[in-house]
Amino acid sequence: MSVAIPEGARVVFGRPELLVDRVNSYCPGCGHGVVHRLIAEVLGDLGLGERTIAVAPVGCAVFAYDYLALDFAEAPHGRAPAVATGIRRVRPDAFVLTYQGDGDLAAIGTGEIVHAAARGELLTAVFVNNGIYGMTGGQMAPTTLIGQRTTSSPGGREASFHGYPVPMTEMLAVLPGVAYAARGSVADAASIGRTKQYLRRACEVQLEGRGFAIVEVISNCPVGWGMTPQQSIERLKEVVALQYRPGVIVDRTKEPAATPGAGPAEPGAPAAAER
Amino acid sequence: MTVSHAPVRQEARGAAHPAPSRRGRRVLMKGNEAIAEAAIRAGCDGYFGYPITPQAELLEWMARRMPEEGRPFVQAESELGAINMALGAAATGARVLVSSSSPGISLMAEAMSYMAASEVPVVLVNVMRGGPGLGSIGPSQSDYFQATKGHGHGDYRVPVLAPASIGEAMALTADAFELAERYRTPVMILTDGILGQAMEPVELTFREPPRIPQDWALGGAAGRPPRVVRSLHLKPEDLEVHNRHLQAKFAAIAEREVRFATEHLDDADLVVVAYGTAARVARSAITRARADGLRAGLLRPISLWPFPAEAVRDAARRARGILVVELSAGQMVEDVQLAVEGSVPVFFEGRTGGMVPTPGEVVGALRRLWATTAPGSEEASR
Repeated sequence: MSVAIPEGARVVFGRPELLVDRVNSYCPGCGHGVVHRLIAEVLGDLGLGERTIAVAPVGCAVFAYDYLALDFAEAPHGRAPAVATGIRRVRPDAFVLTYQGDGDLAAIGTGEIVHAAARGELLTAVFVNNGIYGMTGGQMAPTTLIGQRTTSSPGGREASFHGYPVPMTEMLAVLPGVAYAARGSVADAASIGRTKQYLRRACEVQLEGRGFAIVEVISNCPVGWGMTPQQSIERLKEVVALQYRPGVIVDRTKEPAATPGAGPAEPGAPAAAER
Repeated sequence: MTVSHAPVRQEARGAAHPAPSRRGRRVLMKGNEAIAEAAIRAGCDGYFGYPITPQAELLEWMARRMPEEGRPFVQAESELGAINMALGAAATGARVLVSSSSPGISLMAEAMSYMAASEVPVVLVNVMRGGPGLGSIGPSQSDYFQATKGHGHGDYRVPVLAPASIGEAMALTADAFELAERYRTPVMILTDGILGQAMEPVELTFREPPRIPQDWALGGAAGRPPRVVRSLHLKPEDLEVHNRHLQAKFAAIAEREVRFATEHLDDADLVVVAYGTAARVARSAITRARADGLRAGLLRPISLWPFPAEAVRDAARRARGILVVELSAGQMVEDVQLAVEGSVPVFFEGRTGGMVPTPGEVVGALRRLWATTAPGSEEASR
């Protein structure tokens, strides 16, 4: 939909070029739309649209390729970091971005994300954490908080029965291959603005060849949480953000470039530059 | 009448020990290494693998050679990782090889379904070992069902090429890339622990198939609309249209890409149907049987899918019986039975678990088949 701009008027807010103008499949109030928009803005600002190959997950965001005007590969459930690794290795000039939810990244895809990060793959990973399996009807995810009711933890998540929530981004941040890890939120305008900065930095880190970059975005799932959009935003701010605290978790780009892998190399081992 | 391909005639003269030619030097190589080098010379742009016996030499060859060529090699975190890296790389139009052995292939089954559905050309080598489960590391052909009837879920087919010598494995590696790209499909090369790890003199002759334009591949939406490589078609109407497209492609492959070789078939009363290592055993058995006066011949499927059913049916018309030899409890034998539709008796001889039938065992089976089908016997009078 295009609107004629009156003479003398100035556009202060428009649809990013990379965000497709169509009705999306997300539920009212869902945070995916905000994250999509931020990605479209950042890639547009950096002029990366024409060289980006993105990887869509399994889950609610499987249709990301319908909403972002980018080349997209579809990954089997959890495998986006492996698919992206293959793309990045054979197309070193491409900019590669993965988009995954918490069921995809933190449960079935744990192995793939950990090893892509450990290898320091030059990828930008977007990890949308809403603490639930949205598409399949609101089941418990690895990120579901203690006490949270879901369709598969109807009495609320109990540590002794269901185990503890998995802080994926903090876990990944300990790996030397991870150049940048941050957590944003879609709770309000200020946190959305900061999330955009994190996303931009995570893209620049790939362009600079510094290593793996991940931005977790804590988000809401009004339908899965059984709440109105407004209530879900309140919960995101007052409950979720206290458990998954937004901010930069690690930024190794401020340190001098070091060989990922820590510790001394084997005698006679090639230096990182020779890889 | 099915037309067998050019390499087949050479094979019929005994390609295991080809005459030296000016084209290439002859060297001793393991099958795993030979396939790896053949893939590199065929223009393989990326290799992704995970260690498993009896395939590890292929991964190790690639670990050394791909960086020498300045091409990507990744030892993945798992077979799931390896095959999905291949999916991503091939979705950009790169020529990609993956290899594994039976238990690893089971893990790759998920992505095989995705690649068939989203029409991503990848060549996958299965160096089969004894199963089921963790099984053994001995040679086996017990993944025939898995390879030819589908690995993952859904209606799809994947071309499967089965070499019987290391030289043929090298030629089929280049052919596999060509088939994969021509039809936009995964292609499997099915070998086993013997073909993978035994050494054989091979002629270093390589072929790089020509590149064909890939107007579907991902590379960034510069100056064109965005492309998506996907398998999801949520509306049943849409998926059915896509499936009809896939089925039409599989029908075209079945029509055009049947490959097989024959030896001593013209006067054969008894036809042995065997592929890969089993065909090597059968060849020895046929030589012995002929010395004993039994006119036996070999029909060796090279493409296991599409299966050379017409050739088998044709051979059965002139024969008294068929003997299928496999390193399995009997899998391809079902396709042979389907092909001949009960017109002649079909016997089976096989060993499992990493054991290999001896030529003597196969000769014994040929004698039983001969006796059972002799005029006046119970089988022959039916």
